[in-house]
Amino acid sequence: MHIVVCIKQVPDSAQIRVHPVTNTIMRQGVPTIINPYDLFALEEAFKLRDRYGGEVTVLTMGPPMAKQALEKALAYGADRAVLLSDRHFAGSDTLATSFAISRAISKIGRSRTPEIVLAGKQTIDGDTAQVGPGIAKRLEMQQLTYATKIVSVDLHAREIAVERRSEGGTQMLKSRLPCLITVLEGVNTIRRGSIADALRAAHSRIPTWRAGDVGIEELGNCGLRGSPTVVKRVFAPSPRADKAIRIEAIEKDSDQVADDVIALILEHHPALEASFYLNGLT
Amino acid sequence: MEAETKSPIVSRAGAKKELPKHFRDNRHVWVFIETERGQVHPVSIELLGEGRKLADKLGVQLAGVVVGAAEGVGTLSAIAETFAYGADLAYLVVSPLLSDYRNEPFTKALSDLVILHKPEILLLGATSLGRDLAGSVATTLETGLTADCTTLDVDADGSLAATRPTFGGSLLCTIYTLNCRPQMATVRPRVMATPQRVANTTGPIIRHELMMIEEEIVTKVLGFLPDGQSHRINLAYADIVVAGGLGIGTAENLERVKAVAKTLGGEFGCSRPLVQKGWMGVDRQIGQTGQTIRPKLYLAAGISGAVQHRVGVDGADLIVAINIDSNAPIFDFAHVAVVADAIGLLPALTAAFTRRLVPHNQSMQ
Repeated sequence: MHIVVCIKQVPDSAQIRVHPVTNTIMRQGVPTIINPYDLFALEEAFKLRDRYGGEVTVLTMGPPMAKQALEKALAYGADRAVLLSDRHFAGSDTLATSFAISRAISKIGRSRTPEIVLAGKQTIDGDTAQVGPGIAKRLEMQQLTYATKIVSVDLHAREIAVERRSEGGTQMLKSRLPCLITVLEGVNTIRRGSIADALRAAHSRIPTWRAGDVGIEELGNCGLRGSPTVVKRVFAPSPRADKAIRIEAIEKDSDQVADDVIALILEHHPALEASFYLNGLT
Repeated sequence: MEAETKSPIVSRAGAKKELPKHFRDNRHVWVFIETERGQVHPVSIELLGEGRKLADKLGVQLAGVVVGAAEGVGTLSAIAETFAYGADLAYLVVSPLLSDYRNEPFTKALSDLVILHKPEILLLGATSLGRDLAGSVATTLETGLTADCTTLDVDADGSLAATRPTFGGSLLCTIYTLNCRPQMATVRPRVMATPQRVANTTGPIIRHELMMIEEEIVTKVLGFLPDGQSHRINLAYADIVVAGGLGIGTAENLERVKAVAKTLGGEFGCSRPLVQKGWMGVDRQIGQTGQTIRPKLYLAAGISGAVQHRVGVDGADLIVAINIDSNAPIFDFAHVAVVADAIGLLPALTAAFTRRLVPHNQSMQ
């Protein structure tokens, strides 16, 4: 079985700070990581490879430095990595991104057609969850999003059974290969790659594909030009018009402070008292 | 908003061109009405309220799109709810193939409707279903889609201005769909307020056939396992929510958060770092990537309050924040700011609430 895993190198959002005066993002020194959700997808690919054999190709689109993320994925145990990088892709929104990535997957498929394309449920920088469905649509693959479990794969019958999270429950689905699966967080934990994997990763030459390499002639579908959405404004949220009522309570008697807090709550929202009683009874 | 008048930090909107001719007669605001086992998902009702405002600003009609199985069961009541919450008209696609959610027939139903009836704006709930569907429909129609918006507005020139958190929630950005229609956006449950229900309203229903047969649909639903009652967490719709952040120190101290929530009959939750530490499940996470809540009272203990968290709680009537750091960002958007160590104050709060509640409860019995 051939599995393509789409990953993204993202800034560690927990470490991003906004400059207090200029409201700009302070990127200096912010480490980059593989999008954590994509690690679940990568491990899921390894588990499938353990069960059914085959190989795992990891793909990312991004600036040249995104190669680091691929090296890491190789060290975890991926067989092959491809970087899709071209200035024409700069400024891509989710529609343009899915266009470029789908072409790269088509090219990967020319040597060996993937049965499954895997991705995390979303990225932690964009948080849109739109690229996965976009790729599936462009490749006319079945899409199985928010998968919690890949139950079985029948390579012979070209069938797959998965469980996916839906509103209020779990949906059991049977579908056909090839398909695109996005996986939910917490389905597994990424394994530590072996020393052999680390050595292989260190010696791998990761190819960089440009638009022309993946057969894109329609540059108008890429980057800013191919993105129907544009960001018009970026701004920091403004503080509330009326300032918070402050209770300076460090080193004060907790019981007294608690009573004060409750009094303030009820003063500002008298209707809550009824809510407390109602809730307290049930 | 004051911040919006400041000069933009990022501007790529100079790329704006004239809208192509074939999109110029796109009209009306549409809301996809999501149903879940015969019930309209509350997010769709919230979107009807927001859609109504946009349609009024644009001077166009608001339509609800109902896609489902048999008429008479959930589908007809969904139509009734659509009108009760402000739609002028409804589009209806009914087919046995649409009984359970599957991407293929739902994408076809919605995309075909859009191509035929040309809405200007199409809104969906950012649920697992809504996001799965919106991504496919936007790609099919090759149009712009903005995820998880927190504010929707219409610009002077009639464009949809969709604002959402960016950079992991540190900032907000306003996104436009320039040369394509419809302008699509998803909004998470509880971000928008629930509008007033008006009974006995009705309007035209425009029916559409799903041009598909079962044999064309590759994915089959083998079964559905509903969440057990005990697992059902009603965080998004709870009246009272108590949550803990890194300031509560240890996983064991989370019990103090739960105790306050339990005393008040509310739900408990946490901020993202606690989920990353494995102290609480992701279904209890409050914020942009977790649950958006809209309680009457939100009590945040030891949460610093990144924008990521703020957008998840901004709809709360009353935000009470306890933090030992008097400069914590949460104090910029809390209504009551308690500068104290949450670890010590939480048990005192439980005791104080109990003192206040118990006499009353006894008199009720």
